[in-house]
Amino acid sequence: MIRKAEAGPILPNVEVVTRKNVCTHCSVGCTVIAEVQNGVWVGQEPGWESPINQGTHCAKGASVRELTKGTRRVKYPLKLVDGVWQRITWDQAIEEIGNQLMEIRQASGPDAVFWLGSAKFSNEGAYLYRKLAAFWGTNNVDHQARICHSTTVAGVANTWGYGAMTNSYNDIQNSKALVIVGGNPAEAHPVSMQHMLRGKEHNRAPFIVIDPRFTRTAAHATEYVRIRPGTDIPVAWGLLWHIFENGWEDKEYIRQRVYGMDEVRAEVKKWTPEEVERVTGVPGPQLRRVAEALAKNKPSTVIWCMGVTQHTVGTANVRALSILQLALGNIGVAGGGANIYRGHCNVQGATDFGLDVSTLPSYYGLAEGAWKHFSRAWDVEYDFMKSRFASKELMEAKGIPTTRWFDAVLAKPGEIDQPSPLRAMMCFGHGGNTVTRMPDMVKGLEKLSLLVIADPHPTTFAAIKERRNGTYILPACSQFETDGSRTCSNRSMQWGEKVVEPIFESKDDYTIMYLLARKLGFADEMFKHITVENTRPVPEDILREMNRSCLSIGATGQSPERLKMHMKHQADFDKITMRASSGPCAGDYYGLPWPVWGHPEIKHPGSAVLYDTSKHVMDGGGVFRARFGVERNGVSLLADGSYSKGSEIEDGYPEFTMAVLKKLGWDKDLTPEETRVIQAIGGGGAEVDNVSWQTDLSMGIIRVALKHGCVPHGNAKARAVAWNLPDPVPIHREPIYSPRPELVKAYPAIEDRRDFRLVQLARSLQFKVADSDLRQRFPMILTSGRLVEYEGGGEETRSNPWLAELQQSMFAEINTKDAEGLGIRDGAWVWIHGPEDGSKAKVKALVTDRVGSGTVFLPFHFSGFWRGDSLRGNYPPNTDPIVLGEPANGVTTYGYDPVTFMQETKVTLCRVEPA
Amino acid sequence: MARMKFLCDSERCIECNACVTACKNEHEVPWGINRRRLVTLNDGKPGERSISMACMHCNDPPCAAVCPVDCFLQTEDGVVLHSKDLCIGCGYCFYACPFGAPQYPRTTDFGSRGKMDKCTFCAGGPEPDGSVEEYQKYGANRLAEGKLPLCAEMCSTRALMAGDGAILADIYQERSVRRGYGSGAPGWSTAYGRNDRGSPFAPGGPSTGGA
Repeated sequence: MIRKAEAGPILPNVEVVTRKNVCTHCSVGCTVIAEVQNGVWVGQEPGWESPINQGTHCAKGASVRELTKGTRRVKYPLKLVDGVWQRITWDQAIEEIGNQLMEIRQASGPDAVFWLGSAKFSNEGAYLYRKLAAFWGTNNVDHQARICHSTTVAGVANTWGYGAMTNSYNDIQNSKALVIVGGNPAEAHPVSMQHMLRGKEHNRAPFIVIDPRFTRTAAHATEYVRIRPGTDIPVAWGLLWHIFENGWEDKEYIRQRVYGMDEVRAEVKKWTPEEVERVTGVPGPQLRRVAEALAKNKPSTVIWCMGVTQHTVGTANVRALSILQLALGNIGVAGGGANIYRGHCNVQGATDFGLDVSTLPSYYGLAEGAWKHFSRAWDVEYDFMKSRFASKELMEAKGIPTTRWFDAVLAKPGEIDQPSPLRAMMCFGHGGNTVTRMPDMVKGLEKLSLLVIADPHPTTFAAIKERRNGTYILPACSQFETDGSRTCSNRSMQWGEKVVEPIFESKDDYTIMYLLARKLGFADEMFKHITVENTRPVPEDILREMNRSCLSIGATGQSPERLKMHMKHQADFDKITMRASSGPCAGDYYGLPWPVWGHPEIKHPGSAVLYDTSKHVMDGGGVFRARFGVERNGVSLLADGSYSKGSEIEDGYPEFTMAVLKKLGWDKDLTPEETRVIQAIGGGGAEVDNVSWQTDLSMGIIRVALKHGCVPHGNAKARAVAWNLPDPVPIHREPIYSPRPELVKAYPAIEDRRDFRLVQLARSLQFKVADSDLRQRFPMILTSGRLVEYEGGGEETRSNPWLAELQQSMFAEINTKDAEGLGIRDGAWVWIHGPEDGSKAKVKALVTDRVGSGTVFLPFHFSGFWRGDSLRGNYPPNTDPIVLGEPANGVTTYGYDPVTFMQETKVTLCRVEPA
Repeated sequence: MARMKFLCDSERCIECNACVTACKNEHEVPWGINRRRLVTLNDGKPGERSISMACMHCNDPPCAAVCPVDCFLQTEDGVVLHSKDLCIGCGYCFYACPFGAPQYPRTTDFGSRGKMDKCTFCAGGPEPDGSVEEYQKYGANRLAEGKLPLCAEMCSTRALMAGDGAILADIYQERSVRRGYGSGAPGWSTAYGRNDRGSPFAPGGPSTGGA
């Protein structure tokens, strides 16, 4: 019986243990069934019972077992000494890293360290990392949401209250029409396509794809609309123009539930079919057909992805599509909704639990009240937390986002709104090729005095040859080698069970964070109410602390016990409604999509469709959140005659506070214990009235609101006008590197500004580009996107032989006509030249009509080549990914969304030359 | 007796390669051997369609007809298997197969290509079911465990199906009827010509080309 178990088959007469976890790639959340023998993962079976994937996978999901074979994994801690990787022990690594961090803290303050976390953390890991940064004393903590859907979160949260997908993948089966804008789920979220194609077939639903590229998703569309990259707002307004012109909007819905639609009408009026065609290239009759399909086949859903979000107008794009759905009355309706496909397996959860420069967990923000709330929840003195920071101002100031960390390294003092430029980066689970402007990133990397990479793979950061000292790599294990919960795009939380022990010398994220906190001297405070076994914090305990503190998104009812029960009884859940009709979870929605109001004991079922007034709040119903006050310029912001089923208040109402309870006479419903907690939080004085559903740790206010059929966050109108954003009504702005300089003066970028501790150039750079001869020298539009075989920066997937075999070289899609003009044959080597820093990349040409004439597409998963040279020798031995290639971001350029500093990856300029 | 078949519904296939990596995973198929792969027609153009291809387990397999050492056998379920003990790596089956299914571990100008390898419909080979020898030569034997080929079980959109041919035909027919028009309806383009594809929003409507 002595045989290499990894070579299969399942050995006869050896016990097979079956374990259930969740795929570690995209946000669909496919159940993975692992068969384990002798502690080795030997077989992968379909998770038939999962209501989400129903046994299916894409190429990535079907190959996850390889991750624990680990041929290319980092096997032990490493240190870079004069360009040579040396093996060191964990003790030495933590000791040296800790000492250097303390030195930097002493000399330059806590804000000199950048804590980059991961959308591949579990929820518990994400929350713990945010807590770690807080105890260290900085808001310079971020993760991949910044570069994928930060603009979605900002856009939709500013429209109707919460920054998340409103419905679910499964719910698309109820849609009568689907429109996908700037998304390619056939490659990025393949398993979602089973729900979408069922919707298309069963409902004979129009399936419309709006994209500059004829994607594999478009191949299945009933209508494909090709647009010029960066013109999403004119397209959305172009659709709305037809809707308003023909009276197809839902007037009663708008009257009851939407604020400010008239201001939108005024802007939309400018976007006649002729102007839309001039700017976007889309013929008028085609958009009319699409508008009619959406308006006459209701409920219709709008699906978007990074083609909408990764723009200098990302937040405005998101808002425009949200307003389109509001006009059609499609939000809060099964089969409708804004179905926003998040990227990584836990990017929704990591966002929810605060891996972000602008907020503490659960979107509490950074104001004094937020810090006081978490100080109470963490059971530490507010003054202690304050003492960890350089100042109260910096404690309440947004940090430096991951799109700009290298600008913060290279900044001179005075250019940056903190005492010191960044000097160290702690990088957990994040690729090095994911951010635009890599030539500048390399300069920043070179200048960092300390770089720590905690990851299963070395990442691009480790392979940049300019850096020769001061880099450490800590082998972190994958989510298959630990346990914890992760949140899918539809807000369902799934508990993943440890499949095998961490392989080689790797450790899980919780342990690494604990070791660091202990070395840095705040482990006792940080883990006050979290059990630590040996050096491993128990994830169930972390989740319980989250349940106690994350009231504002209703992440309170998802106890570890309930989540584990859902995983065990997956078969009881309906495959479309995701609701269990029998078994111990009867009545619950699968994975308890938040908000799951109140204590787990009150058994709120979760909210499958957000803002759905047709259901009682205790049945998963909801209303738009009263987040922006009760009136503006004399106009009420509260809902008008619209309320969730069974609500005792049959109209709009503000968010619940102690004062509101008193006014309604409902404070008598509080138990003495709840009243005691509220009094204590309010300090006993007048402040007691200000204790709200968000800060009442007893959850009494929430309980009482629910008892009366009301939603704790109040019942308001959604905002078509978001007056706090740079463009309250979205307006079209040309990209910084616009391919249409003649449109720049009419549709200029936003004015230069400062935010996130840095300067943001926009209009000045755009005008400079438009006035130069750059357009002549760089005549093509450059855009980027995903491939099905790889994910993110791609180090992990390019290290998996089953996937790597399918995509062996980096390429650029070039239109047939363009290729002919340039004398480029399919498969030939070409240089892609970018307009900044003399940047260039050598890639293979894929000559295809998939992209329109004048457009070049690059997939963004490659790295390990730089301007024609291989970096293979720079990786630590035996950890280099099988497939290397030029990173798309080697040639991308400057440009950021003003609200979130999202990077522009979808429109810049380039020149193609035969190599 | 059931006759095992694969059927790939091109209206559903999104070229995600799940079938390909599921196969690699289940059988530990080495780099360079592709028991299953995707074929795309009109790549990047309106009318683009993909199907997943492997050994189609023919009723009357041409590979078996040309094999000089008679290494092929057909199971009672109609699955075409072969014996690697008998195979001499001559490559005749490769020339005979209309689907490009046979794979070889070596390519040399002269001499053997090595033992032929191909999709087994997850049914192993002539060795005893589930034995270590069977796995090492042919991979897992899922059929013996009452399971179907993993490629089809894991297909992201239920495009690739495997099982009793009669049942697959029923499923496909039900889907076609439900789709009801345009390229989803069998024979649509034969009846109405390629230029009339039904309503603009029907699958395969004018803007996308369709079937």
